[in-house]
Amino acid sequence: MAEITNRNVLIWLSSLNLTNKIIGNIINQVPQLAELWYWPTKDIYSLKNIKTEIKDKLIQYRNDDYYKRLFELLEKHNIDTITIYDKDYPDNLYYIYDSPKVLYKKGNLIEDDNLAIAIVGSRKATSYGKWATEKFVEELVDLGVTIISGLALGIDSIAHRKALENNGRTIAILGNGLDIVYPNRNRDLYEKIPNNGAIISEFFLGTQPLPYNFPQRNRIISGLSLGVIVIEAKEKSGSLITAHHALEQGKEVFALPGNINSIFSRGTNKLIKDGAKLIMDVDDIIEEIHELQDKVKKRDEVGLDCSQFSPSEIKVLEALKEGPIHTDKIVISTGIDISTVNSILTILELKGVIKNIGGSIFTLSS
Amino acid sequence: MYSKLNTCILHGLDGHIIEVETDLSRGMPVFNIVGLPDTSIKESKERVRTAIKNSGYEFPLSRITVNLAPANLRKEGSQLDLAIALGILQAMGIVEEFNNKDIAFIGELSLDGRLNPVEGVLPMVIAMRNLNINRCLLPYDNRDEAAVIEDMEIIPAKNLNQVVNYLNGEEEISPYKTNISFNDEDDIEFDVDFSDIMGQETLKRALEVAAAGSHNILILGPPGAGKTMAARRLPTILPKLSFEEAIEVTKIYSIAGLLQSKALIKNRPFRAPHHTASAVSLIGGGRIPKPGEVSLAHHGVLFLDEILEFRKEALEVLRQPMEDEVVTISRANATLSYPSKFMLVASMNPCPCGYYGDPFHECTCSQSSIERYLGKLSNPLLDRIDIHIEVSPVAYNELREEKNVQSSKDIRARVEKAREIQLDRYKNKKIYSNSQLRPKDIKKYCKLSENAETLLRTAFKKYRFSARTYDKILKVSRTIADLDNEEVILEKHVLEAIRYRSLDNKYWG
Repeated sequence: MAEITNRNVLIWLSSLNLTNKIIGNIINQVPQLAELWYWPTKDIYSLKNIKTEIKDKLIQYRNDDYYKRLFELLEKHNIDTITIYDKDYPDNLYYIYDSPKVLYKKGNLIEDDNLAIAIVGSRKATSYGKWATEKFVEELVDLGVTIISGLALGIDSIAHRKALENNGRTIAILGNGLDIVYPNRNRDLYEKIPNNGAIISEFFLGTQPLPYNFPQRNRIISGLSLGVIVIEAKEKSGSLITAHHALEQGKEVFALPGNINSIFSRGTNKLIKDGAKLIMDVDDIIEEIHELQDKVKKRDEVGLDCSQFSPSEIKVLEALKEGPIHTDKIVISTGIDISTVNSILTILELKGVIKNIGGSIFTLSS
Repeated sequence: MYSKLNTCILHGLDGHIIEVETDLSRGMPVFNIVGLPDTSIKESKERVRTAIKNSGYEFPLSRITVNLAPANLRKEGSQLDLAIALGILQAMGIVEEFNNKDIAFIGELSLDGRLNPVEGVLPMVIAMRNLNINRCLLPYDNRDEAAVIEDMEIIPAKNLNQVVNYLNGEEEISPYKTNISFNDEDDIEFDVDFSDIMGQETLKRALEVAAAGSHNILILGPPGAGKTMAARRLPTILPKLSFEEAIEVTKIYSIAGLLQSKALIKNRPFRAPHHTASAVSLIGGGRIPKPGEVSLAHHGVLFLDEILEFRKEALEVLRQPMEDEVVTISRANATLSYPSKFMLVASMNPCPCGYYGDPFHECTCSQSSIERYLGKLSNPLLDRIDIHIEVSPVAYNELREEKNVQSSKDIRARVEKAREIQLDRYKNKKIYSNSQLRPKDIKKYCKLSENAETLLRTAFKKYRFSARTYDKILKVSRTIADLDNEEVILEKHVLEAIRYRSLDNKYWG
């Protein structure tokens, strides 16, 4: 049987389908949560601001048999847990309001997943939305960004799928227990994502995809990411809730503009009107998120060893020392044949030490 | 009083055998030609009548009907004169019966009975050979052109009398054989040479690569940089025409009437139309369409000097022939296709005044006028040009410093070797050079070494090339590797190829 520790008792609480708020309330009253397991019944009934039915439930399930089966069940489904007590609890999520006390996950989270952007949008995607999603996902994945979304139909699944196609990492946040695949059409994604990211839910196994779960899970989508891109949203849309959460959590909100006569873009256009950042290309996103700016710098730095030069490269560099010089003159002064000089010039340009100033004339860059 | 003889007409590049049937019957003396003849054939009545009379024969006073079969094919050309005249003479009994199955007659008559040369003899002779006619009687002046086809018996004749005597066995005309042996090693003579160009190593190398892979090339630079001079020397480094290619080129020139008593065109054509050229003169046209510059440049070079000075619509018509390598011209009277597999060499200034980016002169153009100027070169056209190269003028004192200048002969040897490798690689694929590779072929044939692949990926991120540019870099690096005789494309090849694309971002990015 699993040890009685703070984190395990927390998982036990979560398995009783208590809401995050109630769990928070209990933690406030019992700072060492493990003690709750040994509390006398009357002390449990003396907990404040908690309904009697819940207290009954606590007492009913506070037995070794249930506790044992609970952890066996998690193991059987191959599900990891992260609690607020754990070191590997995602930093991005820790500081948001009402951060989930327990997360269930399949797959794994890595350090790089802190650099994540959420992409959300309507279930009924237009071809424009589909195009834009693919474009942004591709460009973001290229920068090493993890794509977060909600595994719903439409924009969500396009985002996940495109990220996987480009060998990027992606995280799906569900509004139901991890043992339920919803929507069933995304079963392939459900199976593939854990290999290149994670599927995460705050709901215990068996929780059905009930409508009121989704707005709640949206706060995790925005919480885990540095910014949220809203691709397409109708005037009343779950995506707007995500955007709202993002604002509250102090994350960036990006919105893709659309035609004003398109109902699928009414929500996003309104977001823009209210101050969300209008995005036209990935640079608009990079501009706002400084973690990405470092990445871009790194990307543009070429993976070449810039400190070492071959003898012929040095010869060409010597020729360039006197100032801007035409390729033909380099050929004459170094005695290297033109085709090799051309290759050397390209590699030096890639290394960033020389610059083409036009008309086949080159100069040292600094 | 009936006779039947073979002759030939052309429909584009294809020859068709025409039977000329002649009948003399009693009745009012009229002379009718039926079977869709055009004006030049209708006029042949007068030439035939006079020529027969002036050759010392009597023109029959009877009802003459000449039928050109098949009757549904529209016929054109003065080369039918000879067959019509001989038909009448045979129907009169002046020319004796002979086996008319294996002989055809081509020739325009002049009023005194001489045989004038006609256009398009080579394609006609080729058509005859394909239809098992192995003897052809034709004007003396056309003999060289026709004798290229070696298994044809070419009987050159100077006038109508000679033909009649020959057919009646009274005069012997020995079949004409030329001493053109195609495979002879003697070098083609050019009056210009690559060694004339001082400096400009970059440009020369780019032209060598372009020639080796038959890549289209755009040369950009201020006036006086030697763009035109270098481009005009391009033919001297192009590989020699193969016999089949030479026949194809000669056929086109024969039809266009540009053969100028040469038997076979052995040099790759170099066409440099002036920039006032119209769209029709470039792609071909006319009531019965004649080949235009793109077809005359078939298997050779089409050089558009100052490409931006050409009319926009003239440039845009080049897109289809460049893509399909054949141009189809439709007119009310005929729809004809001419081949147009050419290598485009274009030169241009970087701005209207020409000095943008020149180290020695100041450019006086405004930024917007430069953009407007460059905008004339449309993206679809730009897309079809694999190599871009920018040149600068060379100062006079630098011109002297050069040693060991390469001659055209040296460069051509390398180019020919690279082409051989390509021909071998794409055997039976209907691909003759790297420039023709389609995206799916590129994947198959342009194999990069591991290092080269990483390098290309890095370069891509750095220069932000488009996917199209990627394909072009691969094609050009394939050619550079072929010049190096390497099966796998190595780093240095890719690096050099990238140099030929660096203008994309600068001017059109």
